[in-house]
Amino acid sequence: MNAKAVLLWLLLALPAAAQGFADMGRKVDGFSLPQRGPFSFPADHGAHPDFRIEWWYLTATLTGPDGTEYGAQWTLFRSALTAGEGEGWSSPQLWMGHAAVTTPDTHLYAERLARGGIGQAGVTVAPFMAWIDDWQMTSRAGAGADALSAIDLRATGPEFSYALALDATGPVVAQGDGGYSVKSAEGQASRYYSQPFYRVTGQITVRDREIPVTGQAWLDREWSSQPLGEGQTGWDWFSLMFDDGARLMGFRMRDGGAGFTSATWIGKDGTATAMPHGALIATPLREADVADRAVPVEWRLELPQKGLDVIIAALNQGAWMGTLVPYWEGPIAVSGSHTGRGYLEMTGYGAD
Amino acid sequence: MRVVLSALLSHWRRHPLQLFMFIMGLSLATALWSGVQAINSEARASYDRAAATLGQNTLERIIATDGAPIPQTTYVALRRAGWMVSPVVEGQLERANLRLLGIDPLTLPREAAQVQTLEADGLSTFLSAQGQLIVAPETAQRLAGADLPPLRTDAALPPGIAMTDIGIAQRLLGLEGRLSHLIVSPNTKTPVTPLPAGLIRRAPQAEGDLARLTDSFHLNLTAFGLLAFAVGLFIVHSAVGLAFEQRRPVFRTLRALGLSAGSLTGLVLLELMVLALIAGAIGVGLGYGVAAALLPDVAATLRGLYGAEVPGTLGLRPGWWAAGLGIAVAGTLVAAGQSLWRLWHLPLLAPAQPRAWARASIRSLRWQGGAGAVLLAAALVLLMFGRGLWSGFGGLGALLVGAALLLPSVLVAVTALGARLARGVLTQWFWADTRQQVPGLSLALMALLLALAANIGVGTMVSSFRLTFTGWLDQRLASELYVTARTEVEAARMLAWLTPRTDAVLPIWNVETSILGRPGEIYAVADHATYRDNWPLLNARKDAWDRVASGSAVMVNEQLFRREGMALGDELDLPGGSMTVAGVYSDYGNPKPQVLMSPDALVARFPDVPRLRFGLRVPPDRAEALAAELIAAFDLPQGSVIDQAGIKALSLQIFERTFSVTAALNVLTLGVAGLAMFASLLTLSGMRLPQVAPVWAMGLTRRRLAMLDLVRTLLLATLTLVAALPLGLANAWALLAVVNVAAFGWRLPMHVFPADWLQLAAIALLAALAASVIPALRLARIAPADLMKVFANER
Repeated sequence: MNAKAVLLWLLLALPAAAQGFADMGRKVDGFSLPQRGPFSFPADHGAHPDFRIEWWYLTATLTGPDGTEYGAQWTLFRSALTAGEGEGWSSPQLWMGHAAVTTPDTHLYAERLARGGIGQAGVTVAPFMAWIDDWQMTSRAGAGADALSAIDLRATGPEFSYALALDATGPVVAQGDGGYSVKSAEGQASRYYSQPFYRVTGQITVRDREIPVTGQAWLDREWSSQPLGEGQTGWDWFSLMFDDGARLMGFRMRDGGAGFTSATWIGKDGTATAMPHGALIATPLREADVADRAVPVEWRLELPQKGLDVIIAALNQGAWMGTLVPYWEGPIAVSGSHTGRGYLEMTGYGAD
Repeated sequence: MRVVLSALLSHWRRHPLQLFMFIMGLSLATALWSGVQAINSEARASYDRAAATLGQNTLERIIATDGAPIPQTTYVALRRAGWMVSPVVEGQLERANLRLLGIDPLTLPREAAQVQTLEADGLSTFLSAQGQLIVAPETAQRLAGADLPPLRTDAALPPGIAMTDIGIAQRLLGLEGRLSHLIVSPNTKTPVTPLPAGLIRRAPQAEGDLARLTDSFHLNLTAFGLLAFAVGLFIVHSAVGLAFEQRRPVFRTLRALGLSAGSLTGLVLLELMVLALIAGAIGVGLGYGVAAALLPDVAATLRGLYGAEVPGTLGLRPGWWAAGLGIAVAGTLVAAGQSLWRLWHLPLLAPAQPRAWARASIRSLRWQGGAGAVLLAAALVLLMFGRGLWSGFGGLGALLVGAALLLPSVLVAVTALGARLARGVLTQWFWADTRQQVPGLSLALMALLLALAANIGVGTMVSSFRLTFTGWLDQRLASELYVTARTEVEAARMLAWLTPRTDAVLPIWNVETSILGRPGEIYAVADHATYRDNWPLLNARKDAWDRVASGSAVMVNEQLFRREGMALGDELDLPGGSMTVAGVYSDYGNPKPQVLMSPDALVARFPDVPRLRFGLRVPPDRAEALAAELIAAFDLPQGSVIDQAGIKALSLQIFERTFSVTAALNVLTLGVAGLAMFASLLTLSGMRLPQVAPVWAMGLTRRRLAMLDLVRTLLLATLTLVAALPLGLANAWALLAVVNVAAFGWRLPMHVFPADWLQLAAIALLAALAASVIPALRLARIAPADLMKVFANER
């Protein structure tokens, strides 16, 4: 195991992280397993401490006044050593924050870690706020509106910061089978919903240069106790925001063979259509050498049911997150049968 | 060149004993010196490790200005305001004699991470509910079986420290929700928010508190090492001087054959350097042995006195080897400087007759005596008016060296007086001959004087200290039992349980805080006759106890009082506001400033003070039974109930260990002095045949001559001993009244122990006798033909 791999424990917080990406391929006793059924809002916007892992994952594709494209990421991960909550430092909940700003030629990121139980990081439901240190995602939705329909987002790294205001123009969308997202042929699954319809205005600061930006953003909420099947080594995940207002979420779980794919087509009114395994075809076109690894930074995505055949290209192929658990996460451009922008996340690409 | 060198070296072949003395003297001197240095550097290395704990030496920290704990909520607020800080809780876990260091591995800056906690297997165990203590291997051995979370060993940690998760540490220390300080990560951007009132940023501390606290202890050791080294150099000086005198004809011949003065001096220098390196290497090896033998005691002392953890085993440091060899070479140069100078200026045509090295002129003695007198005057000034440890040691050094330089003149004067008073030819010859021998023996006698004076001085200091300390312990430890509860709840239950069973339950609370910028402690004791009657006050206002009880005044320990040059009635700046100083008490064995106040005053300043300890007053015969009942009733762990006798025994044990190193160095120094004497006598015995032969020719048997030699040695040793006594007492006074005050902050009354002197005198005379036996036997058995030769050959 290389040094980085040794650190994979965090997302998983389990001994001997040997199986799958970040050890998510292991079954753990004591944790709840995802069940089918409707979400319960606003409670489900908050944390689910009985599940092993959870995240509040926001990606934004932004444009500066001169037309330059940018990307921004804000993620809060929760990882539990054991199920449930505890008081003070004895809380088994660990929190990890990742934030990044991507420009065509720079990728800046930062990481924060915190213990649960003492107030340094956490998520409150009413009023909704997710935070770690001074990074926060705060709801400013009016009474009666969904808490996530209007949020403020801020984060600071050693060389960057941003403050963004997000307003949803569409509804929250349940992924997979009504929010039950299957991740493998053996049936591993997570609870998964998204808010893919944010309009964004705000400001990013890159190495002391302040840039006003506008754009779109996508929030993913997902929790599980064992999202990977044994033998699965990582995933490639796409969120595409087409110019015509439609959205596509798709992923490919890699297992050294054909893999397991899943996708959700989201109409511009928010109507979700779940696509079965095999419907989405994701083909890497070109690999780039990123952080001593070969990472595919150009893809062909096909979804024949929706007449989709597009080429995906990274805005900045060096969008590597050299965090405790390293992965690739960056903005992409979409061209072909459909055009638009989006985000690509690729995990489990080892250096060896 | 080779021929010249072999001519020079042949001398050592013909005089193996001289060579032996040279090597022996230098290696012993080097051994003592480098042994002490090894101990010091080992200790310093471990202070450095301690200072580097959690990056203390490189990272800024945030502390409360009043030294009080920082609320955990403040930490969270700072993090949420963008401060990249990491919390630390620190405290002494008394029941395990362990310094607990609670950290949060998730926020701990990489620069501060001493042990790997962020690794696959480690973290979940480290953060588990059960917890984990990471300790040095030697600490783990000591803690085996203790009632503590599971241990993991990591050699990167200093001994005596346990690193654990902050939550576990807070629980074990009873400091839930409180933090000792915050480490500032170097990644902190200039923060947007200022620090809240009451918190300050403290720059990294290059030198730990321990290094500062223990400075004086190490200076003490160094001074003794230096003394031993100086005594050893006397041997080298005498061996080198003798070798030069004996080789005068060889030198002259070599010069006459065309060797330049420069080449000759260079060759002799080369020869000396080679010998010095050999002796130095042996010495450093021996020094390692000395250090390894003494280190466990030193480590115990440092732990007992300063709470400094030093491993009991010695590491080898290359720098130390080099320094040992260097000092051997430097010492040789110093010891041989005079001889080399003479060699350089050796007149080519001077007669080859050995100008007996023993017959050093009276004039040079006068110079020496004058220098001695000047040094004594300097010593007086330094000791009377100087301040600080360096002037204390400087004065002590001047005193010893001055007295040593003066010794030959005094001996010459005494023997001259003896000669004048003597009746009878033989007696007169005896005195005259003795007097003539003084210059030759002077170096050895000076060494003996130094060793004896150091012995008397240090012995008197230790004994005085022991006497004072024992009496002080009796006063200070007035309660029969001392109890420590694990939690405040338990303490409250204990109080209720104990009250009907004892004469008095006296709370003893304390906080560690900064007093006038130094790490210190504030104690609170109840207003009770136990203290009023027994507390070892040195000086106090009449109403001192009343004023302390009313919360308007404090008492301070002698260390603090002296260091700050306080007077009764002064205001003392304390966390939470200043208070009047109403009394001073002696507080031996404590390196820290200490303040005593009433419990109410302490609680007002430190609301969170742990209220866990009590002193119990019970009839002494009930103490043991009560202790047993208390342990049974509350299921207390070992060490939470200590009886008075137990503490006293422990304190005395620490005390004895503190001085065992000093005692060992003393014995070694005396041994070196004995050796110096032996070397000189041996040298002289060969050289004084011309003086002895006529006496023999006049009818005195060799046997009687030998007896007279023994008597002469004893006489000179006795005279030296007599001179050593006042010098030793002066030495003791300087140690007690000047050096101790400067080094530790306490002044001790001096007690004299004549019985010890008798013992020392006996040892010294025996050593002198032993040193003169072989030369005397040689004289007794010398072939008459050799004595005859004196007349046949004028040499």
